[in-house]
Amino acid sequence: MKIHEYQAKALFREAGIPVPEGKVATSPEEARSIAEAFGTVVAVKAQVHTGGRGKAGGVKIAKTPDEAARHAGNILGMEIKGSTVRKVLVERGSDIAREAYLAITMDRSSKAILLIASAAGGIDIEEVAAKTPEKILKLTTTTGTFSEAELAPVAQALFDDPGAAAQIVEITGKLLGLYLKADASLAEINPLVLTGSGNVVALDGKVTVDDNALFRQPALEALRDFDEEVPQEIEAREKGLSFVQLDGDIGCMVNGAGLAMATMDMIQIYGGKPANFLDVGGSSNPEKVVAAFKIILSNPSIKAVLINIFGGITRCDDIARGILESFQRISIAVPVVVRLTGTNADEGLALLKGSSLIPASTFAEAVVKVIEASGGVVREEMKS
Amino acid sequence: MSILIDQSTKVLVQGITGRDGSFHTRQMLDYGTQVVGGVTPGKGGQVAHGVPVFNTVQEAVEATGANATVIYVPAKFASAAILEAAEAEIPLIVAITEGIPVLDMMKAYHMVRAKGLRLIGPNCPGLISPGKAKIGIMPGSIHRPGPVGVISRSGTLTYEIVHALTGLGIGQSTCVGIGGDPIVGSQFMDLLPLFEADPETQAMVVVGEIGGDEEERTAAFIKEHIRKPVFAFIVGHTAPEGKRMGHAGAIVSGNSGTAASKLQAFSLAGVPVANTIDELAEITRQGLSLLS
Repeated sequence: MKIHEYQAKALFREAGIPVPEGKVATSPEEARSIAEAFGTVVAVKAQVHTGGRGKAGGVKIAKTPDEAARHAGNILGMEIKGSTVRKVLVERGSDIAREAYLAITMDRSSKAILLIASAAGGIDIEEVAAKTPEKILKLTTTTGTFSEAELAPVAQALFDDPGAAAQIVEITGKLLGLYLKADASLAEINPLVLTGSGNVVALDGKVTVDDNALFRQPALEALRDFDEEVPQEIEAREKGLSFVQLDGDIGCMVNGAGLAMATMDMIQIYGGKPANFLDVGGSSNPEKVVAAFKIILSNPSIKAVLINIFGGITRCDDIARGILESFQRISIAVPVVVRLTGTNADEGLALLKGSSLIPASTFAEAVVKVIEASGGVVREEMKS
Repeated sequence: MSILIDQSTKVLVQGITGRDGSFHTRQMLDYGTQVVGGVTPGKGGQVAHGVPVFNTVQEAVEATGANATVIYVPAKFASAAILEAAEAEIPLIVAITEGIPVLDMMKAYHMVRAKGLRLIGPNCPGLISPGKAKIGIMPGSIHRPGPVGVISRSGTLTYEIVHALTGLGIGQSTCVGIGGDPIVGSQFMDLLPLFEADPETQAMVVVGEIGGDEEERTAAFIKEHIRKPVFAFIVGHTAPEGKRMGHAGAIVSGNSGTAASKLQAFSLAGVPVANTIDELAEITRQGLSLLS
């Protein structure tokens, strides 16, 4: 789960990591009065979950309260990569002498907590890593601590300044503490700045929380911003479904994440465009099928739906009951292609006999039928 | 032959009295798996599906001589269950549970490794040596004994692939679902050498998905260390950036973890990558026929 910069910085502040003084505004007037109270240069920063805010014009410096209000007016309501800006963070400006990068994340290959630091801060770290990997410093821990001896050279390398290095060692320890306490999958400071007066400050902050740990992080779960999520994705989560919206026109209902991805891929390979990823999960609860139908059909682009089930724990007859119930309870105006295989498939198919559903016996046949039913054209080379 | 499990493997079920644990204990017994006992704290002394239930893993191991365990306990308690199995020095620990926090798994992973034990999963369907034993939740009926070793990050997708192989008359030596989480106990590279050394296995099928760089590293590993033919399949070509595709590990961030990068890595390593499941079964069939 992603949280906003202002929320991440509140966590930083609580952990003792220095951040600029700032407040959230939802209107130009509010931004003006925050800037007035600071009485100095301020930064006005869009609060959205996507990256690339700066490039999109979502981060501006204001010398006067009027300018802060004007920037806030421009930034609020702005669309950045599909997210609408609803809040801006108005922060006391910092006197930046140097910028660096500091982050903690999980390294899948070494199965360890990874500290990433670079003197090349403030820009796209992936690009730095790709072009000049020698500029990226890394430390790993599986015990949840770094020794001062390990940290010292890394801290020194960032600004090449002993005073700053001591502060960085302390900040790193606190960032790691926060990472562990918050069950974070990412805690990032980019840029970490050295000010003209020699202070090290987290000028930006990003914290992502491990979805699997939210059950024990109620305070963080409360930071979830529903405005940043597709409504269907929120509804799916509440119903225990896994759903991701895409931009095609063929709805998919599948059991299992891997098979759901394979189904999307197959639709594309055969010349169609999948409208969503949807995993109904391992249970056979007919209610889940009804909920899945509602979510899929709430997308106006949908021209046909493919239900692809490989019964293991999931019983195909239960899925069939859910499909029939869906047809009774909601209006389904688009063609639905069904392919049931595995546990109780014959029973499931028998239940669906006589309905308006289009049956398919193999994965490939189902994909061909759903593309044709959607009015699309099956790629010539796949017709064999 | 097969890898990791066969008819002589003595299996413990942690969470045997729970809904999933109970259902799959029955399924495993029906398949012929030697389930020798179960563990549910507070229910020691009971009998479930004809096998004794114990309060702790240690007691169960001492009483039954179990050399494998399968974990069906809920996510909140699952890493503790893995640690308990590791404390009892069970050589093969299979964690089916989905949704374990990654920091918990990091600790469990290193503890299991430090003790020289093997963990499969979590968030996986388990493993099966067709005709011998299955430990997990996969439907036994779609499998046939035979020469192909299957390793996959997915559940139902693996069933689909096994179904396609069996449909072409190609049986499997062992199928292992390694799990869809960022940290899993065993990876492709841990298992491929076992198949390489197994005289019954003639070829391997590797099923990857988006997220992480395991497929890329596996491709390099295969080129260096594996002589038997390997065939691959990758899912998630249509997945958008930054969205978790069900599995906690299946997420593309920036340029890393894309299906295209994995496909390219396998191709460069000389591992044929199929576009569809039917094609995967077909190239595996052709590969096997070249061997004979």
